[in-house]
Amino acid sequence: MSALEPAGQAEPAGQAEPAGQPEPAGQPGPAGQPGPAGRHRFPRWRLPGKARRQETAAAWLMSAPVIALLVVFLVAPILMAAWVSISNWTGIGSPFSANVHAVGIKNYSALLSTPGLPQQQLGESIRNNLYYVILVVPIQTALALGLAVIVSRQRLAGRGFFRTAYYFPSITSSVAVSILFLFIFGSSGVINAIINGFGAHGPNWFADPNGVLHMVLSGLGVTTAPSALAGHGFLGVSWWDWLAGPSVAMVAIMALAIWTTSGTFMLIFLPAIYAIPADLSEAAIVDGANSWQRFRRVTLPQLRPTMFLVLTLGLIGTWQVFDQIYLISQGNPAGTTLTPAFLSYLTSFGNQQWGQGAAIAFILFAIIVVLTIVQRLIISERRNA
Amino acid sequence: MRSKIAIAVVAAGLAALTAACSSSSGFSSASTGTASPGKATKTQLTLMFGSSGTAETNAVQAAAKAFTKQSGIPVQVIAASNLTQQVAQGFAGGQPPDVFYLDPLTMQSYAKDGVLDPYPSTMANSGGFATALQQAFTYKTSFICEPKDASTLALYINTADWKQAGLGTPPSNWNQLEADAKTLTTSGRTGLTIDQDHSGIDEFFYQNGGTVTNQAGTSVQLDSTQNVQALTFLKSMLTQGIMKFPSQLSAGFSGQAFGENKAAMDIIGNWENGELQTDYPNVKFEVVPLPTGPSGTHATLSFTNCWGVPKQSKNLAGAIDFVKFLTTQQQEMTFSKAFGVIPSLKSAQAQYVQVYPQYATFVQELAYAHPDIAIAGATQALSAFDSALAQLASNSPASILKAAQQNLQAVVTQDK
Repeated sequence: MSALEPAGQAEPAGQAEPAGQPEPAGQPGPAGQPGPAGRHRFPRWRLPGKARRQETAAAWLMSAPVIALLVVFLVAPILMAAWVSISNWTGIGSPFSANVHAVGIKNYSALLSTPGLPQQQLGESIRNNLYYVILVVPIQTALALGLAVIVSRQRLAGRGFFRTAYYFPSITSSVAVSILFLFIFGSSGVINAIINGFGAHGPNWFADPNGVLHMVLSGLGVTTAPSALAGHGFLGVSWWDWLAGPSVAMVAIMALAIWTTSGTFMLIFLPAIYAIPADLSEAAIVDGANSWQRFRRVTLPQLRPTMFLVLTLGLIGTWQVFDQIYLISQGNPAGTTLTPAFLSYLTSFGNQQWGQGAAIAFILFAIIVVLTIVQRLIISERRNA
Repeated sequence: MRSKIAIAVVAAGLAALTAACSSSSGFSSASTGTASPGKATKTQLTLMFGSSGTAETNAVQAAAKAFTKQSGIPVQVIAASNLTQQVAQGFAGGQPPDVFYLDPLTMQSYAKDGVLDPYPSTMANSGGFATALQQAFTYKTSFICEPKDASTLALYINTADWKQAGLGTPPSNWNQLEADAKTLTTSGRTGLTIDQDHSGIDEFFYQNGGTVTNQAGTSVQLDSTQNVQALTFLKSMLTQGIMKFPSQLSAGFSGQAFGENKAAMDIIGNWENGELQTDYPNVKFEVVPLPTGPSGTHATLSFTNCWGVPKQSKNLAGAIDFVKFLTTQQQEMTFSKAFGVIPSLKSAQAQYVQVYPQYATFVQELAYAHPDIAIAGATQALSAFDSALAQLASNSPASILKAAQQNLQAVVTQDK
């Protein structure tokens, strides 16, 4: 997936001046940038044959180390994992040894189309992770943007302190943060002490598998599933259970994720906010825009490329959530914090079913690619509108 | 942030790539080597183990040093932070450790793949282990590796609570257990706690005349009437509030709740002794055998690890000699004294009971112990079962057992 990151990162840099905000005529482009290609140079195909061949050879030679590194550390492992996902490798010896055979799509069909525990656990893990993504990505993006806007204020005293404070959770080891949250959300931890202070009774956070939506529904008097929802389902999980919402335990892990990553994304928003020319904002003030209108009509449209980057990184990161699950819950309680990444680990290392574990990794890969494309389409559609 | 799984896959992939590139494909040559292990060479051995703490690490290192002194074979000792994962990486890379701690569940997977050397058949002491322990390391009909220690579940009673409640002899059957738990329950304390997973609950099935699988391990028999009855009994104690799971008592496991006196009784294994000694030294307790079920059946669960030896060891004979050294009565007693484990050899157990009469219960219970369930590839099915058991208070016992029966039977059927 790392190939996506540089591509996403290049975009905001290349589009510092978004459409709809044309530069004043006659203003020179950024210093040092060459003019339109080909004006002062030979087009590449006009080079004499020998020189062209030499240049090509030199280019290959110079990029060879990087290509070698990419092949060894990126392409080869991916191809290998792809092979494992369609093989019966048991984790013993090389996956290319003589007694490892291709089994076709058996590993995939066991997960996707054969009713049973593997299918049900994949379904549950996708459900859990879906709610995790739907809630964490918007909240962490909004929080990061809010923090960036506040911290970028010229008149804020102690800006440096706040910037460091907000970024601090991101650079703290995820092990330390996870253990900290285990204490904070313990059944007699700080959060519950506060809730009890208000006379309510806090849940046993990391041990409570009840879905939040189910709890809301039961509050409204719906305690049993309508038969239309209970009787049918997808990936071995009934529609009623798809609608369970994140469990209480998952909510605590979401809080952790939002708290740790908002600072990182604030740091991506900050330079983008600084890059917005001050005269745009001044012009808006002259036009009589209040501060909300300036934010909504000036700042936000200018930040769209950065927004795409933050949303894409957020989407990929949240679908791959692993550390916190491994450290805090191991998929418990009742499998409500199981995620595809953790399930892949569990299937491979716990169950020695390496083919199925690799297949889960590729299914996760497909989910991330599809959702990133969808997100890209939505954002570019809105830009063209 | 890249997830660890990606790193793990890349690491495993690279390890395998390296193995594929090397001329001697370790697996294919070693898998055929079922003949006699030959003579021990002076090639260095690697011992990998998961440590419970410095006491265990020091004791294992001392044992390795003593073996080197006696045999001249150097031993590298590695305390793994995640044993199962590190051993798996060793196998994937074609260089597993020569001797390692191995749990019964993982043993089943490796034995199925045929990568473990069934060395007990060559050992003089292979008949000297308790039946439940040997059974735990039997794949099909062969004894695959020798158990290194033994643990059984017993009933821990907080003696101060017990006297305060004015109770007499410890409970000997379910009815008495329930009555005593009721008497011991106060506003800030529950009568009984047990761990909320199959390793903390299955003994009730056996006590009620039920079982988990048939003798041969070819069919799962979880959804029997006896087992439903046993779970119903536990559920009724949960709903009465006289028994609670550790998660309801904000404890990580039942032993912690017992140590903090949030529960007056606890069904747990002898690893609790060390826990109480270090973290809760002021708790006065007594250990008694588990009560019997309605039919008077005595049963408990036993837990153990073995000394695993891979067929592809570079010094197979040396590795087996090392295990021989580790499974003498004397060495097992040394380990017991160092970090509190119960020896696996019957002869060493007899000695252990004399040195530690207060823990004689655990040894005595081995006679009717059943090994904790271990089926190759069942890790996930078991963890789904555990998740369901943890919700026993709100789920129906019959449906929990029916789901677990289906999931586990699917694993067993797939294995055949």
